[in-house]
Amino acid sequence: MKKYLAFFRIRFINGLQYRAAAYAGMATQFAWGFMEILVYTVFHDTAPAAFPMEMGQLTSYIWLRQALLGLFMSWYYDRELLDMITSGNVAYEMCRPADIYTMWFAKNLATRCSRAALRCVPIFLVAGFLPGRFRLYPPAGAGALAMFCVSVTAGVLITVGLSMFVYATAFYTVSPLGMRIVAVNIIEFMSGGIIPLPFFPDGVFRVMRLLPFAATESTPFLIYSGALRGGDAGAAVALQFMWLVLITAGGKLYLDSSLRRLVIQGG
Amino acid sequence: MIRLVDICKSYRVSRRGAGLGSAVKSLFGRRYDLVRALDCVSFEVGDGEMIGYIGPNGAGKSSTVKVMSGILTPDSGECIVNGRVPWKERAAHVRDIGVVFGQRSQLWWDVPVGDSFDLIRDIYSVKRADYRQILDRLISRLDLGELMRTPARQLSLGQRMRCEIAASLLHRPKILFLDEPTIGLDAPSKLAVREFIRSLNRLEGVTVILTTHDMQDIEALTDRVILIGKGRILLDGPIERLTAAGGDKKIDELVADMYRAFEI
Repeated sequence: MKKYLAFFRIRFINGLQYRAAAYAGMATQFAWGFMEILVYTVFHDTAPAAFPMEMGQLTSYIWLRQALLGLFMSWYYDRELLDMITSGNVAYEMCRPADIYTMWFAKNLATRCSRAALRCVPIFLVAGFLPGRFRLYPPAGAGALAMFCVSVTAGVLITVGLSMFVYATAFYTVSPLGMRIVAVNIIEFMSGGIIPLPFFPDGVFRVMRLLPFAATESTPFLIYSGALRGGDAGAAVALQFMWLVLITAGGKLYLDSSLRRLVIQGG
Repeated sequence: MIRLVDICKSYRVSRRGAGLGSAVKSLFGRRYDLVRALDCVSFEVGDGEMIGYIGPNGAGKSSTVKVMSGILTPDSGECIVNGRVPWKERAAHVRDIGVVFGQRSQLWWDVPVGDSFDLIRDIYSVKRADYRQILDRLISRLDLGELMRTPARQLSLGQRMRCEIAASLLHRPKILFLDEPTIGLDAPSKLAVREFIRSLNRLEGVTVILTTHDMQDIEALTDRVILIGKGRILLDGPIERLTAAGGDKKIDELVADMYRAFEI
């Protein structure tokens, strides 16, 4: 366990040094957040009855997504790992007395945490004091906050678990790019990254919220904003944990079988 | 103690002619040829031995090293290294071995070599006190003092290879696999690397398996050579058997003759 913490630590420290990227990222995220809120406000004011969420809930959802982008970004893949797989330097990785799945999981998790750590606090603070409709409200209560924390943790672990499938697939293809593009788009769309899941037609939403993609960021954000509460929230978190177990177990089996069939090419 | 019995491994190689026509054709049906990289390879290596493993390009040298280091799962056959099957108990097995792939790097490109070493220490859970002692010895014997604070990308090939070798020895392995460790090195670096490997074997009893095309490496270092060609072991014995037969021919010529005689 200690060595996985070592991976986590070194990656986390490494991630913290990109200060300029963090400032630029925050500026983008504020701009994006304002823009989204403006657009949805127009929709809301045109037909408030047709809106599936309250405007305040949606504002929270948007700010949370911006603040925690680093944790859930679907497009992040570790270049170093993918290069290692394509170039064959993964041979050295396999000469280490560590479980490869756990090792890579720890590295990915660390990078995501470090990115979010730099950016989330300022965004939370500023968004919490914005006037009127732009304001991020605190969670509905202590219960909702606790539930949200559990749910975010599960969501991040599921996000990393899903990305591990792409790394494992990279062993089968000469270039990992294609698989990555497919995975990014599916996850982004199905996790409510483009529009929040409640905005989908009822039938579609009922199916989508059961899928592992909803278990990444949609569930925790809806719990925070109060769009998902009580028994429904509990059920959604339970579902998250079910997906977490299935996805990590499946990913580990898949990666291990890829490694067994692995041939490192070139002398 | 390393024992290989009838290890076989075949690779699928996709083959097509050059040009647009065959490229389009291969979109629909792809032809694969099965290449036998290892064809019933068997040998034994005792503790503390130093073996030269030679053969022409594509003979199966690297594949054998990959099998012994647990990276490659063979199709059939048995391989036991220190009582373990490498690919089945990979994590336990790799604690005992060190591997240097001359054509690959295990150092982090952008950080000083010392940081890479520290991370490797954590990966192998080497105790701090032991680590300090091992590292000091490696630094003095491989002359790494200055290099420890240099990022890997700014090292020359010879400097980098010395660091790579040190990186593979931080956890004090009992067996060291060296896959072309002197490839591309200039004469002084080669001599330094050879000298170090020799002392490692003589003084500390590390078992060394060395694959190389440099016959001077073999001559300078090893007592026993194993010759592989087309995936089969063709010769296994003391180096004198090679040199005695050839009279005053250079060792490179001898090996070339031998490759021709075996039609490999």
